[in-house]
Amino acid sequence: MQLTVWTYEGPPHMGAIRIAASMQGVHCVLHAPQGDSYADLLFTMIARSAKRPPVTYTSFQARDMGADTAELVRKTLRETVERFQPRALLVGEACTGELLQDQPAALAQGMGFDCPVVPLELPAFTRKEHWGASETFHQLVRTLLRGQQPRRLDPVAEGRRPRANLLGATALGFRCRDDIAEVTKLLDSAGVDVNLSAPAGASPEDLLRIPEADFNVCLYPEIAQSTCVWLERMFKQPWVKTVPIGVGATRDFLIEVGEVAGIDTSAAIAAGRTRLPWFSRSVDSTYLTGKRVFIFGDASHVIAAARIATEELGFEVVGLGSYSREFGRELRAAAERYGVEALISDDYLEVESAVLDLAPELVLGTQMERHIAKRAGIPCAVISSPVHVQDFPARYAPQMGFEGANVIFDTWVHPLMMGLEEHLITMFREDEEFHDEAVASHLGSGKLSAASAEPSPKPAAAEPTASADSIGADVAPVWEPEAELELKKIPFFVRGKARRNTERFAAERGVARITVETLYDAKAYFGR
Amino acid sequence: MTGTSSTSDAAASQACLASGLGTSSSDPSAGNLRSGNLQVQHEQGQRQVFCGLAGIVWLHRKIQDAFFLVVGSRTCAHLLQSAAGVMIFAEPRFATAVLGDRDLAGLADCNEELDRVVTELLARRPDIGTLFLVASCPSEVIKLDLDNAAERLSREQQGRVRVLAYSGSGLDTTFTQGEDTCLSALVPVLPEAAAGTDALLVLGTLPDVVEDQFRRLFEALGIPSLHFLPPRRGSELPPVGPGTRLLAAQPFVGGTAAALIDRGATLIEAPYPFGIEGTRAWIAAAAEAFGISAARVEAVTAPAAKRAAVGLERYRAQLAGKRISFMPDSQLEIPLARFLQRECGMELVEVGVPYLDRRMMGAELNWLPSDLRLTEGQDLERQLDRLRVDRPDLTVCGLGLANPLEAEGLTTKWSIELVFSPVHGFDQAADLAELFVRPLNRRDRLAF
Repeated sequence: MQLTVWTYEGPPHMGAIRIAASMQGVHCVLHAPQGDSYADLLFTMIARSAKRPPVTYTSFQARDMGADTAELVRKTLRETVERFQPRALLVGEACTGELLQDQPAALAQGMGFDCPVVPLELPAFTRKEHWGASETFHQLVRTLLRGQQPRRLDPVAEGRRPRANLLGATALGFRCRDDIAEVTKLLDSAGVDVNLSAPAGASPEDLLRIPEADFNVCLYPEIAQSTCVWLERMFKQPWVKTVPIGVGATRDFLIEVGEVAGIDTSAAIAAGRTRLPWFSRSVDSTYLTGKRVFIFGDASHVIAAARIATEELGFEVVGLGSYSREFGRELRAAAERYGVEALISDDYLEVESAVLDLAPELVLGTQMERHIAKRAGIPCAVISSPVHVQDFPARYAPQMGFEGANVIFDTWVHPLMMGLEEHLITMFREDEEFHDEAVASHLGSGKLSAASAEPSPKPAAAEPTASADSIGADVAPVWEPEAELELKKIPFFVRGKARRNTERFAAERGVARITVETLYDAKAYFGR
Repeated sequence: MTGTSSTSDAAASQACLASGLGTSSSDPSAGNLRSGNLQVQHEQGQRQVFCGLAGIVWLHRKIQDAFFLVVGSRTCAHLLQSAAGVMIFAEPRFATAVLGDRDLAGLADCNEELDRVVTELLARRPDIGTLFLVASCPSEVIKLDLDNAAERLSREQQGRVRVLAYSGSGLDTTFTQGEDTCLSALVPVLPEAAAGTDALLVLGTLPDVVEDQFRRLFEALGIPSLHFLPPRRGSELPPVGPGTRLLAAQPFVGGTAAALIDRGATLIEAPYPFGIEGTRAWIAAAAEAFGISAARVEAVTAPAAKRAAVGLERYRAQLAGKRISFMPDSQLEIPLARFLQRECGMELVEVGVPYLDRRMMGAELNWLPSDLRLTEGQDLERQLDRLRVDRPDLTVCGLGLANPLEAEGLTTKWSIELVFSPVHGFDQAADLAELFVRPLNRRDRLAF
């Protein structure tokens, strides 16, 4: 049992619904209790879809459970196929359905439907949403391509441009809609055509054309990596592994496309237009240098964000982590590059305690990190799912490619206090309108929440253990009132860090009472 | 199992599950049943409704020192955050103890795990006064006894925190029924009212502003003592006893009413306080139970009723003659349909309810037209087929259906808002009508 305040991913059947809802002509039947249809809202409300996701739930209730729930499954399957006439049928269970063990997938396979039936094994108590989506997509592609032979493809001999499949974009994916458009543009500039994009926008017939592409582009490894690996093995299709988020990654992506497709992409790289490098170089951005940033999200977006933060914006990554356990190796390698340890966890409380402990100046995370950042009074921008309705915007807002870099620059810098204000607040602390407790004036009026500015005034999850540790160990140093006042003169966004450093400095030297002198000694010792 | 003893199908089948019996209390697929002069059509099939866990979304705001810990799966956690997570919480007052593979292996282990999670939670949140353990579909299927766990944990907390259990599972409860099971769990811990005290207990969550309005009206009538359940704080529980008269403000609290009746309270049969007519009848029924004269009721309610009529007139003009259908959702469908038909002049096409609790709905049913198409339960696709043939001017439905129906050219009013808005009482009668006018008005305004 795990205490879960917020969950980063839904259950695995949510991933299966995402695949079905991304595609045309695919229907999903789920053995699930009444109430699990809440999942439809994510599509109709958060992503504002104009049609219901193609899912039918058995909706069993307590009164059905003594009776023949297997018959309920059969009835639901029969009526669903008759009504929707899908061209591929996904059959699986939600968590409670799994406990009943009615084997709906096996039942469906025995019912003689005309369309291909894809049985889904979705272990709800061990796996999660992305795994469910990845597994569903993989099984669907395998089922449909069964029996097809690899073809000999040669764009040069056939006198055509190379063709690529874009794999991994889904309904409810973070900015998938615009990423696909941006990457399609990018590939076109390099002389590559898109054969198809899947699962988003594809039909079962489209998936049959997957082998007609010269290579695959794995845009969202969490969803499509296992399928790309399988296609490489079965159809000898190479795949592009770089995710083009950020200027550097987009260039590397084009280089890799060139290698995989056997074409020269240097012209496309040279012609790529993005404002991020100049905006970031312009003197207005100097104050961004060394801003301490904490990054959390799915593996791909976190790895991409860390590179942008350090190489393209000049931030310092003080913490990096992800809930994507499947990509632990890649995450640890990335963290090592920035001299931090990767936090690989799906435990919101663990992430919260890491943020409160590190006291960064900016959090780049998911919707869940917005809760943490609010509690700690730290500016925050969203870089990865899970996200809420405001992150399915009407405007063009890709993360990938050159335009994606423009979007990222604006989004990440926006929550930070602007340069002049930051200077003036540091110099003059008693202004009525511009002061510590106020939010940055460009973000509107108002006060920060009670918990702001001084992270963790209330007992946090980590504290019971911390206090247990300190029994027998050194007693935490006490702040002299003057030192406490002096600390308040440090700008609020670095104050948490300064407090922590000073206490560490004092503890390491056995200083029991922190004076103003200790504060400045610590500052000199650690720098900034 | 934390049961309700209402006469509804859902509650009856919950009892079936608890006793391990497999037979349904009624054959839901079998045709019609007469309720007074009203035909009720029963349907069974796919349902597009919330489970009772959704009740947490408003209950955690109403009861300010309560925390709701769902014992369930990742699906349950996902539901809660999908519903409430658009608000950014510094200190959320709900969470899920997510069951893992290890928990499914053996039950003894499960209880230890639960104790550990609760201890962790209470250490993090010392401000919690009442902790609700909320059962879900998975915890019910594996028969994890949360009632026992609640007793054990309450003992261990030695009065510092009150721990209670109820079910919000989709197997047992539909949407607002989660409030009923939650309040039912509070009934046994309500203090005993002093002998010989007469008091009015208003049942069902009301927005604070509405609660205050009703308090003023009842005080003006001279009701001796007045309480609300749920209270604003878990530490301020109302007393109950033989002198307690129950007045349900919400139609979905049948189980709680039954539990209170078991503790000696008597139920005042009344329609629900929606619109002018409903509110007046609701207050009059309470007054009658306390022997307050009709003239006194008239004198107290007349100014508010008159004011409400002025406010309502504007919207009545826009709603009169319009056709409306309700998809099943919250149990508010019948009283709202009654209000819209009798006070706003709308034509009722189909009224769907997730379940029909006859004891709680008696007074309302008498006010419905005898030829009404009233549907209990749901077979989603068939109901949508009927809706597409009917093509009403306005469809009240959940958020899973609203946008897709709008895209089909049907104007919708999303039903959940009716649970989240101040809609009861005289001074909200116009606001309530406005909620139904707004989507029609919007459709007229938009050029594209």
